[in-house]
Amino acid sequence: MDENIPVYKKIDKIKFGILSPKMIRQMASAKVVTPELYDKEGYPVDGGLMDTRLGVIDPGLKCKTCGSKLKECTGHFGYIELARPVVHIKFIKLILDLMRCSCKECGRVLIPDEEIKKSVKRLSRAGKMKDARAKLLLVKQTIVKLRTISKCPHCKAKLDKIRLEKPSTFFEGEKRLSPIEIRTRLEKIPDTDIELFGLNPKVMRPEWGILTLLPIPPVTMRPSITLESGERSEDDLTHKLGDVVRINQRLFENINAGAPEIIIEDLWDLLQYHITTFFDNNVAQLPPARHRSGQPLKTITERIKSKEGRIRHNLAGKRTNFSSRTVISPDSMIDLDEIGVPKVIAMKLTVPERITSWNFEYLKEYVRRGPKVYPGANYIVRPDGKKKKITDETKEQMIEELQEGYVVERHLIEEDVAIFNRQPSLHRMSMMCHKIKVMPGLTFRLNPAVCAPYNADFDGDEMNLHVPQTEEARAEAEILMEVRTQLISPRYGLGIIACNHDSIGGNYMLTKSLEMKREDAVQLLASVGVEEFGDLPKIERVNGRDIFSVLIPNDFEFIGKTRDGTKVVFKKGKLLEGYMDSANLGSGKGLLIRNLQTRYGADTTLKILGRIFRLGVKTLLMHGFTAAFSDTDLGVNGQAELQSILDEADKKVNTLIANYEKKELEPFPGRSLAETLELKILEVLNKARNDAGRVVSKSMGEDKNLLIMAKSGARGNIINLAQMAAVVGQQALRGKRIERGYRGRTLSCFKAGDLRSAQRGFIANGFRQGLKPYEFFFMAMTGRDSLMDTALRTPKSGYLYRRLANAMQDLKVEYDGSVRNSSKKIIQFKYGDDGIDVSKSEAGKINVKRIIESVMEGE
Amino acid sequence: MDDIYKEYEGKIPEGIIADVQSSLPDKVSKAQLKSIMQKVLEEYEKSRIEAGEAVGLISAQSVGEPGTQMTLNTFHFAGVSEFNVTVGLPRIIEILDGRQNISTPMMEIYLKEPYSKGKDIKQIAESIKQTEFRDFIKEITLEITEGKLDVKLDLEKVKRVDLSEAKLLKIFEKSVKGFTFKQNGDMITLKSKGKSENVNELYKLKEKLKSLYVSGIKGITQVLPVKREDEYVIMTAGSNLKEVFKLDYVDTVRTTTNDIHEIQAVLGIEASRQAVINEVNKVIEEQGLNIDIRHIMLIADIMSFSGKVRGITRYGVVSDKSSVLARASFETPIKHIMEAAFVGEIDKLTSVVENVMINQVIPVGTGLPELRSTIKK
Repeated sequence: MDENIPVYKKIDKIKFGILSPKMIRQMASAKVVTPELYDKEGYPVDGGLMDTRLGVIDPGLKCKTCGSKLKECTGHFGYIELARPVVHIKFIKLILDLMRCSCKECGRVLIPDEEIKKSVKRLSRAGKMKDARAKLLLVKQTIVKLRTISKCPHCKAKLDKIRLEKPSTFFEGEKRLSPIEIRTRLEKIPDTDIELFGLNPKVMRPEWGILTLLPIPPVTMRPSITLESGERSEDDLTHKLGDVVRINQRLFENINAGAPEIIIEDLWDLLQYHITTFFDNNVAQLPPARHRSGQPLKTITERIKSKEGRIRHNLAGKRTNFSSRTVISPDSMIDLDEIGVPKVIAMKLTVPERITSWNFEYLKEYVRRGPKVYPGANYIVRPDGKKKKITDETKEQMIEELQEGYVVERHLIEEDVAIFNRQPSLHRMSMMCHKIKVMPGLTFRLNPAVCAPYNADFDGDEMNLHVPQTEEARAEAEILMEVRTQLISPRYGLGIIACNHDSIGGNYMLTKSLEMKREDAVQLLASVGVEEFGDLPKIERVNGRDIFSVLIPNDFEFIGKTRDGTKVVFKKGKLLEGYMDSANLGSGKGLLIRNLQTRYGADTTLKILGRIFRLGVKTLLMHGFTAAFSDTDLGVNGQAELQSILDEADKKVNTLIANYEKKELEPFPGRSLAETLELKILEVLNKARNDAGRVVSKSMGEDKNLLIMAKSGARGNIINLAQMAAVVGQQALRGKRIERGYRGRTLSCFKAGDLRSAQRGFIANGFRQGLKPYEFFFMAMTGRDSLMDTALRTPKSGYLYRRLANAMQDLKVEYDGSVRNSSKKIIQFKYGDDGIDVSKSEAGKINVKRIIESVMEGE
Repeated sequence: MDDIYKEYEGKIPEGIIADVQSSLPDKVSKAQLKSIMQKVLEEYEKSRIEAGEAVGLISAQSVGEPGTQMTLNTFHFAGVSEFNVTVGLPRIIEILDGRQNISTPMMEIYLKEPYSKGKDIKQIAESIKQTEFRDFIKEITLEITEGKLDVKLDLEKVKRVDLSEAKLLKIFEKSVKGFTFKQNGDMITLKSKGKSENVNELYKLKEKLKSLYVSGIKGITQVLPVKREDEYVIMTAGSNLKEVFKLDYVDTVRTTTNDIHEIQAVLGIEASRQAVINEVNKVIEEQGLNIDIRHIMLIADIMSFSGKVRGITRYGVVSDKSSVLARASFETPIKHIMEAAFVGEIDKLTSVVENVMINQVIPVGTGLPELRSTIKK
């Protein structure tokens, strides 16, 4: 889009390698010689760590190397000459292997000449045929073999064992090897032999692992911050480098002054320590370098590593502009693919629009209204990239200035689209594209039907909105991420966006039992958004099925089932038999919705679904719907039946216990008597609760709202009802009855060894009657257990997800239909063996039956 | 009819053709069948996956997202409430990690006729179970003062396992070299042959005797014959596929274990791929979740395409990635970067994260098409 960047350059590859001392010197633009940072005026010292040749971090200064100012100059490396060489901590393992496997006299690998050739061949073959891993494995094998050889096959020199004293001191036998000695030995190893260790002599020589020069990173990657008091606070890296330079200088001075060996050794070790912690402040045997406050320094390794490190925090994940976040609230009157945006937010988020001869006048109007009147504009961008804020004072002048090629950053308006997101973004439906609808208020509004894919509710959830800024981004968002393209979950091939809660309950009532005056029906339908009422039968009172049918296209044919197996029949768009419930409308099942979509496509389905949803909600509004305390009334008969079930269960448990004590119980194979008893008791008590559920649903009365909720699948199930009205049931910890607490008993109010139901966590009361104190306690136990379960599960499954995503993110379908990874290795010859996209299928299959039926009926 | 099916072979996957065949009503004319097949083909073409689709990520999401809904409850009574089996999220993690030692190995042993109908079922089951010497001991006493070990055998048990007393004693004798050995009815007395009455040695012997392997198949700790439909199946806790396959009354075609590495060792990589799919599917179904088989297949494929079952960990699948940056962005970044530098590795930026890192278009989906043109000079 921007003419200023005529050629878009692309990085083709990145090569990794090691810096040689020569390279370090060449790429450096300054040699650091003094630990001082600033002079008396606060100006960076030449030859110090903040030397302006290394880049600038002060707004006024210019870089001495490239002449550019702050933000233009990316910084330049410097170097220090080390008084004595020092081992690079990350090379320790490699150096140890090399030292052990090479001769100290001639530097050759401890493999006889004739075998070297073979090994090289084997290695290069492994590298080509398989992968880098196979090569590394081979190298490891050779190293293990060579470790114990004590005589060089080339020059017959006798070799002592090399030992590493962690973190970075080498010993040969009992003699300590100085880095200088190590370096001379490594230098002796010829290039051809290095290849045997899997190293590439073109990019690295082993002696480079012993530092003689230390590159100094540019100032720009370790900027100092000026505190409010005007005091400067240096970056951790600068602190560390200061230590290195200081000790290095002292070492130089001492060597030149001819100080005793012991002092030099000490300083040398100290230099080693500082350089080691400069690279990695978490080396096992070293105390981490600390600030004066005692907090450990964050040096290079810590900067890169872990979740907050450079790679995962700044490179793999980035921050974005043009986004907003606020609380969400429901509004079923907006469409599913819309999102209500508060006006204040719409005036802050902008969309850039380039002025052409066609939209000149139109954009001028936006600028004229300015930033404070709603459909206005906040900025204009000149073709040279200069951004100007529109204010009341500069407005008129800017309108004059505007011409083709300028970009106006105008407010968000209703034709725009934006990407809406709720964390955790576990699947692709967690980010969907919605159309903007500007609304009063301060919250994002969304249709409750799209709560399921976002896994959102309205108890204070916040969500994010991102406004795409280019035409490409907008096009991709609309074509790939629109709500209508996400109706079917790629996880199981069924609708995920569907009716829930109230809308299911409402439609259930409407289609099952309601009847109303025609004008009321018209009223209801009109409030849902229907404008054409010709489909409604012209009779005095219409029933709910007719009302529902108005929303369905007139040529829709469908035969399905409800949750309890009742047949549902649509003929010519009329609901003739059955009623609506979660099996037809709900998410994850939603057979009706799924069929609508295959018939009429996503757009129509979305519209119909929105109406069905509203119809359900409006029905409840009109008819009224409350879960009442009296709903849990079971009546005299029900109560009696319930009591007999509980008594029966109690009796059975007591007989089991009696049999157990008499040792007459037949144990299950492979189980002890006590375990068998537990299992049998559990079985009896579970049966009791299920029976209670049956009694509840039988004696509650069909018209009770609680039962309607459970039966329609709107919310809750029969067990929940039974827990309220009848009996809460057995509380189980780890799949067993409660058995912990005191010795032989669960609570101090019971007798030890009492195995009866109530004493082991069976709650014989319902929530309606209220729980006994000990029952309450048992329930609290299982309640806490399940809280812990959730708390422990979330990070575990999160890690599993991260691993899966990381391992599989580069798999894609190639043009030939195979699935391959990024190195073009075939993972599957045909995706899923048949090449079907789950999100285009019906539950992962092609609905052959429907095709056959349609053909058979058509002829 | 067949020629119509033939015509569509290769255009429509076999599974769908079989589906058509099975759900076809009896009276279908050729023309009807033809038009059915044509429509199926059209529908199939419409449902085809598009090139460039990031199927890996979709599968990862499809398995990862319901992970939060799974229970963590480690134990569960499988079916007949006799066995403890790891289920739920821990089991999924265990499978996808490609762990060598799973927490609850289990086998389902199918039998050949007539054993599958129940012949000698109890004896067979008992003979499979690994028995140790401790199973036949009633009492074991260490007399410190006399320096001897008294072992009282449970002869009834010996009979039950279909093991002769003599055989048991033979095994016993072999392992107690260096000791004198006296039998008196069900009592066995052991004494050190050497003069020194080393109590410590006797104590060690006692412990050794207890876990002395006697019979059965090693690793199988519990057996349970179960009737399934009209045949008997032996469920076991503990698993040893290799040894069980050697038994001649075992139906090796259907017998299986939940230990994927064992399946790989005995039956090879294709079988272990299928085992991964089956095991993951078992957990998902048991949890009442709904995940399409394709996603699980893809995961099983990426775990096994190298020829060995490898876990989805930093040592397994992830370490195989061609891109240095992709590996570094997962775990242990420093290690990967250093190793890459030693060998002068080149990152060709062919997968997703690297390109995210350097702000370039990712090569999946709409990022796939490229334009190449020669610029005239």
